[in-house]
Amino acid sequence: MVYYASSWMVLQVLAMRASLFITCYNDTLFPETGRAVVALLERLGVALDFNPQQTCCGQMHANTGFRREAFLLAQRFVRQYQEAEAVVIPSSSCVAMIREQYAPLFEELGDASLRSAFAALLPRVFELSEYLVDELCVEDVGAYFPHRVTYHASCHGLRALALGDRPGRLLARVRGLDLVPLKNLDRCCGFGGTFSVKNGEVSSAMLAEKLRDVMATGAEFCTALDNSCLMHLGGALHRQFAGMKTIHLAEILASTERAPAEACA
Amino acid sequence: MNAAAAPRSHRRPVLDPALAPPFPVAALPVLRNPQLRKNVAHAIDVIQAKRTRLVEEKVDWQALRTAAAAIRAHALENLGAYLELFEARCTAAGGQVHWAGDAAEAREIVLDLLRREKASEVIKIKTMTSAEIQLNPFLESAGIAVFETDLAEIILQLGDDEPSHIVVPALHVNRSQVREIFARRMGIENLSDNPQALTAAARNYLREKFLRVPVAVGGANFLIAETGAVAVVESEGNGRMCLTLPQTLITLAGIEKVLPRYQDLEVMLQVLARSATGERMNPYTSLWTGVSAGDGPGRFHVILLDNGRSRILRRKTERQTLRCIRCAACMNACPVYRQTGGHAYGSVYPGPIGAILTPQLMQLRHAQSLPYASTLCGACYEVCPVKINIPEVLVDLRAQVTDQERRRIKRLFDPMYLALRIAALVFSRAWLFHAAQRLARMGLGPFTRKDGWIHALPSAGAEWTETRDLRGLPAQTFHAWWANRRARPPREGR
Repeated sequence: MVYYASSWMVLQVLAMRASLFITCYNDTLFPETGRAVVALLERLGVALDFNPQQTCCGQMHANTGFRREAFLLAQRFVRQYQEAEAVVIPSSSCVAMIREQYAPLFEELGDASLRSAFAALLPRVFELSEYLVDELCVEDVGAYFPHRVTYHASCHGLRALALGDRPGRLLARVRGLDLVPLKNLDRCCGFGGTFSVKNGEVSSAMLAEKLRDVMATGAEFCTALDNSCLMHLGGALHRQFAGMKTIHLAEILASTERAPAEACA
Repeated sequence: MNAAAAPRSHRRPVLDPALAPPFPVAALPVLRNPQLRKNVAHAIDVIQAKRTRLVEEKVDWQALRTAAAAIRAHALENLGAYLELFEARCTAAGGQVHWAGDAAEAREIVLDLLRREKASEVIKIKTMTSAEIQLNPFLESAGIAVFETDLAEIILQLGDDEPSHIVVPALHVNRSQVREIFARRMGIENLSDNPQALTAAARNYLREKFLRVPVAVGGANFLIAETGAVAVVESEGNGRMCLTLPQTLITLAGIEKVLPRYQDLEVMLQVLARSATGERMNPYTSLWTGVSAGDGPGRFHVILLDNGRSRILRRKTERQTLRCIRCAACMNACPVYRQTGGHAYGSVYPGPIGAILTPQLMQLRHAQSLPYASTLCGACYEVCPVKINIPEVLVDLRAQVTDQERRRIKRLFDPMYLALRIAALVFSRAWLFHAAQRLARMGLGPFTRKDGWIHALPSAGAEWTETRDLRGLPAQTFHAWWANRRARPPREGR
């Protein structure tokens, strides 16, 4: 608590500012994740803003082969955020889209001003756990979540962003939390965006194998830094009355004794 | 070889991309076959564990990958020059080089050479390139008996089956199935399924062929431009037999197989063995240059096959596909291949590398479902010893497929195509996005149960709800909550 209080004061002095990018499916399907990011970052003293004109990063279009459409959305993102001090995104696959695919899209379809605006913006785009650990330099965010939890490493967080042990370090400092390691952590859950419907059966076979490992942990909650994987895992857990819920990591980190996560209700 | 018929349940997989069903359809029977899935997962777990151990012990692994990628990229950037150098050096050493523009031409060259040798039989070293050009059925229809000599290829040939993996082609077949095939086709009674008994049966079958058949057809792992040498790496030694015993040797190699210098093998052999079989060094590495009087085959031919490769070179992103050294590390790491095995890919090149190579070899006229047979998880790129960014190429191929679709009338009946076009419009303006959210909430209302979850959707949505529930849309979006919160005093925030 002492550490939390002191780091909180330091951050107050520094008065960090950040812009939230709550991507299309989080805005529509998982608003509680966005609310948790607000609660968490404001508690840590970050001044937040949210541009109501935002919609989508273009990942679904780029990955399905709709390059022109993806380009327009990518351009939109850059124009909307080029003035931001920092952009925080609670979705590792959207951040991976921006880091890996925007540059080639702009190379092919954009102009010089767009490319330079993007080059200037890119170092200020952060996935949530990166922002906490690397920018705010906090691991203990003062959270309380008295549950048995397992962490699923989404492929984009694991490989494209190389998040490493950041999520683990954040979870380790959550009071009351019992973290159970997940076997075959580097294996994909089978979501893959439109893959989950274009190849629904193969996707389900991959999910079945992932669920065996997830269930073997005996956890109450499966968490991740990407709601897309969690929508996949959670959809099957719900179908099977499996007695386990999915919850975005932001919601665990936002959870306190006075304001427990909504998923616990 | 006219033994008893195969079991009735057996159906030969289709590996011709022009005839094979789309990936999701071809995958279905495999997903329902517990024996096959168990065989594949078990074999892959064994190889993966060995590979991981041997890569971890190599402290300079990432530097080796970088070097291997650079060597292959350099060879491809200067492919024409290195191929001509190879031709000159190989010819000077007594070999004969033939150029084949496509599969049909390569098959004709092989047949012509066999006719000149008056050969009615041929033994073969395992080579995926020969499967690519469908050489065996062609030779058989021309009246030439073909005998595979790689243990896995024998299993497949005798079992009337097709390869499902490029390094371990019979990975989907287990020991008791091998026993059944050998017992039936070799006519051995009371054959046990222990590995010694099975390899002894194969050895007896092979020895007689090695001693009798005077012509061998094989492939190449590498062509060395500097010396005109050809390299083949293998585990069993049956390839070595084919390279030394026959009077005539015909090597079939894709044009991309060339390496500039002999010394490049130092890097390539290190990454290949570790990536392919999880060994420090493969048991047999054979290198030969032209012919040597009194030692090995007296006549040596190399057929350099293009078959679509030079077209792949023209595209900057796709070019990296040809760096591939056929180690199969990508398929061993692939979570999709793990479920489906190789046959679902409808090509002799399965897995992630097959998903990018096959459609390109087909000029995207066939195998259009393959670029979508991936979650883009990146496991393949992570293990690739020559750093082929397979997800990047997959996405690029998807864009090419989509651009083809844009010009077709049937796109107007494809729900996925329409959904993505509409989504692009919706995301272009915030007010449209917010209106679409309201519309979606109303539209999904009748499908949403009291617990807030959707258990069944019609049409394309059923692809999701067949096996997974979907959470219904919450009453309030994030942006609505944010707008609401700003309108009120901040303390009521959360």
